[in-house]
Amino acid sequence: MSINLDAKIPDGPMADKWNNYKAHEKLVNPSNKRKFKIIVVGTGLAGASAAATLAELGYGVDAFTFHDSPRRAHSIAAQGGINAAKNYKGDGDSVYRLFYDTVKGGDFRSREANVHRLAEVSVNIIDQMVAQGVPFAREYGGMLDNRSFGGAQVSRTFYARGQTGQQLLIGAYQQLARQIGLGNVNLYNRMELVDIVNIDGRCAGIVTRDLLTGEVSSHSAHAVVLATGGYGNAFYLSTNAMACNATAVWRAHRKGAAFANPCYTQIHPTCIPQADDFQSKLTLMSESLRNDGRVWVPKSADETRAAADIPEGERDYYLERIYPSFGNLAPRDVSSRAAKRAVDAGQGVGPLKNGVYLDFAEAIGRLGEDVIRERYGNLFEMYERITGENPYQVPMRIYPASHYTMGGLWVDYELMTTVPGLYCAGEANYSDHGANRLGASALMQGLADGYFVLPYTISNFLSGLLNKPIPDTGHEEFKKAETAASDRFKRFLSIGGTRSPDYFHRELGKIIWDNCGMERTQQGLEQALSEIPALYEEFKTDLRVTGDGESTNQTLEKAGRVEDFFELGMLMCRDALTREESCGGHFRAEHQEGDGEAKRDDENFAHVAAWEWSGDPMAPIRHQEELEYEVIQFQTRSYK
Amino acid sequence: MSHLNNITIKIWRQSGPADSGRFESHLIDEISDEASFLELLDILNETLIESGLEAIAFDHDCREGICGTCSLMIDGRAHGPERGTATCQLHMRKFSSGDTIVVEPWRAKAFPIIKDLMVDRAPLDRIIESGGFITAETGGAPDANLIPIPKPVADASMDAAECIGCGACVAACPNGAANLFTGAKMSHLNLLPQGQAERFKRAEAMVETMDEYFGSCTNHGECEAACPKSISIDVIAMMNADYLKSKFKNRKSLSR
Ligand SMILES: Cc1cc2nc3c(=O)[nH]c(=O)nc-3n(C[C@H](O)[C@H](O)[C@H](O)COP(=O)(O)OP(=O)(O)OC[C@H]3O[C@@H](n4cnc5c(N)ncnc54)[C@H](O)[C@@H]3O)c2cc1C
Ligand code: FES
Repeated sequence: MSINLDAKIPDGPMADKWNNYKAHEKLVNPSNKRKFKIIVVGTGLAGASAAATLAELGYGVDAFTFHDSPRRAHSIAAQGGINAAKNYKGDGDSVYRLFYDTVKGGDFRSREANVHRLAEVSVNIIDQMVAQGVPFAREYGGMLDNRSFGGAQVSRTFYARGQTGQQLLIGAYQQLARQIGLGNVNLYNRMELVDIVNIDGRCAGIVTRDLLTGEVSSHSAHAVVLATGGYGNAFYLSTNAMACNATAVWRAHRKGAAFANPCYTQIHPTCIPQADDFQSKLTLMSESLRNDGRVWVPKSADETRAAADIPEGERDYYLERIYPSFGNLAPRDVSSRAAKRAVDAGQGVGPLKNGVYLDFAEAIGRLGEDVIRERYGNLFEMYERITGENPYQVPMRIYPASHYTMGGLWVDYELMTTVPGLYCAGEANYSDHGANRLGASALMQGLADGYFVLPYTISNFLSGLLNKPIPDTGHEEFKKAETAASDRFKRFLSIGGTRSPDYFHRELGKIIWDNCGMERTQQGLEQALSEIPALYEEFKTDLRVTGDGESTNQTLEKAGRVEDFFELGMLMCRDALTREESCGGHFRAEHQEGDGEAKRDDENFAHVAAWEWSGDPMAPIRHQEELEYEVIQFQTRSYK
Repeated sequence: MSHLNNITIKIWRQSGPADSGRFESHLIDEISDEASFLELLDILNETLIESGLEAIAFDHDCREGICGTCSLMIDGRAHGPERGTATCQLHMRKFSSGDTIVVEPWRAKAFPIIKDLMVDRAPLDRIIESGGFITAETGGAPDANLIPIPKPVADASMDAAECIGCGACVAACPNGAANLFTGAKMSHLNLLPQGQAERFKRAEAMVETMDEYFGSCTNHGECEAACPKSISIDVIAMMNADYLKSKFKNRKSLSR
């Protein structure tokens, strides 16, 4: 399949593009909609909202998730909030400002037209979710409350205690459940996509593995939507749920979907530092805490006193010092690197000196413990459960961790990948966040894609397939893919080595974190590109998977996911190596200003790198989509 | 950081729904008190795999107490000894050296065992599909601030909406009833102004679907004690009241 990177951006001034698109796209008339079958893989915010809306419109929908219930998708874990340009606070917000903040926050590496559309539909999302019964936080007068998130100077973040993702996902899940109950959506739970099948130059369906019986089978449709989440678990330790993985997007990539900007990964500044080597995951402490918490480290690297005993004059509130206009709310990439610099300089705190303080003493003094409890109570409790320390009394300790991936499958304005008929939504796509995502914008993007974008854009494609039958799953392409998938899982079972899939995942994650994490160098990336293939060879000969392939086998599931992380890891490092600049979450030590700030190269790198699979994970082919800025002029991103 | 020693894990193994199952014991020589309970199982599993044995199957995902996937009976208590805490948030510092810890799956008629500690909780989804939603199709929603919702109302709705759908309430109930779950899901919506239009239809549909799969509630209150989100059994009272009203309200609207 040849790679065509035409983004299909509609004509007209930026603010009119989406309306122009909607005015001119081809529609499918209501009575014809039921003749179409659409597969939606993933039931997180993006997938559940897409599946529910497409079914409401009258399409036949098959929805897939490897979870036992749609409501378990990783979106459930989002804590802090969701942005929308409602300007309910009258503090100067507008669609333009959200658009501007997102483009700037993304360090001028996102596509303007997509971002503008996102800002436009953000307001509809809040209306929609409230109508569905999402119990967002309210003020005493009954109006919706807002808080601030990093990278913005207005309060535009809507929230439901510290469980915004949970409440939004329950909202979207209930819409989906309604459609399941009505018989408009067939739900396949505990089913994992293991391959994509293309026939005659377009996506014809998917191959799945039933996680309870091991059965491999095919499902066909007129169009397929992947809403399968991000690949942050490539680092092994991350804030993502344990089962998050890249298999769906990776398998699609191997079948012709270009993978965009894999090196754009987000390291979140406020996570609980690692306590020990056996740790299985890291826990996020929501960015919203930075509304009231102050970040600091002791000035002296030899400091041994408890936090409370260190006098004010001997503390370095480094974010407030270096970035006075954003202070503790500096964006994530900026804050993470600042924390890394402090810890690298020996000023880290905690038993392993691997964290920085996030201190609420001043806020508790000013507002009282009750107000703080009301705002963050559940986060404080979670912190105490994990660390055994009470953050009302001693400052939290935090450190950056892998959290979100801006990279993903390349999509055009319609969210279609380079494979016709294959769409990608939510965190799984590369779309709106450029090289860095602002807090509270992922939930917004997932719901924008699923509720307000895909349901429009998909008809433009489907209208050309009217009265064409659903592809036949008996076609030899499906049979070939089924056999390949079965053989692959048999191969894992037959290696009979000595190491578990988790062992390899951990070792792989270490290589990627050390060399393609917060700071990257040519030397480190080249080293990773020799270490990953070597470890991958070991995986192929020394893997041990016990149990069988005909019943639930979590070890076997994991083996497939880890293998895909190996190939993706190589691409992440390759992409980081070829992007000879620093931008957003991608920081190349060779490209920095005198004061350690990122040095972007707009002359040579104002483009999306979209990679094509060549058959050899070490030799992918690089393509470029040039980014043109019509409205917002390039500028050095400064939060000082 | 300190360590615990000589922990015996007595754990349920069952190869599939048809197998009768049995306990298996494993001795853990040493484990850090910073480890979570599920990390203990991870470590045990890795040892099992590397010695050629099959890993213990158990459901888990977010490990942050929010997705509701984890589900263990630990020493006879759903989600273990710590109140208001899901299994994945339980840490070894809550145990002592020399302890024997008994680990079993949820046991309830409505939740058949899939393998080892993993059960099928799909009937909870059936309850939602029958009526646990507000009909608000995408598009055309009015401005979000059009209907002010008093803060106490929004807060009460949110208290109920915190339910993570783990099924601990069912596992803890001597009758295997799902009243706390259903009551929480229903109260979340029935308390809100947006939920009023379908309030009684919802109550009837959800309760009747619940009764198809689950046992009946006899007010033991074990569910509230087991709930990792400490959801109050008041939601059951609200549900019962709405169900009762639905019986004549719905009839009245039928005859209209
Ligand atoms: C701890 C945490 C806190 C966060 N807080 C915020 C926040 O406050 N605000 C914000 O805006 N963003 C936040 N984010 C980011 C945000 O939650 C995610 O980016 C977003 O929810 C992703 O949604 P999604 O629908 O794209 O994917 P997901 O919710 O990850 O859903 C993926 C779905 O795909 C399915 N799936 C995946 N692969 C397969 C396969 N091969 N076969 C079958 N099914 C498959 C899964 O079962 C699941 O249903 C947070 C993220 C984390 C980790
Ligand atoms: S694993 Fe998600 S609640 Fe325990």
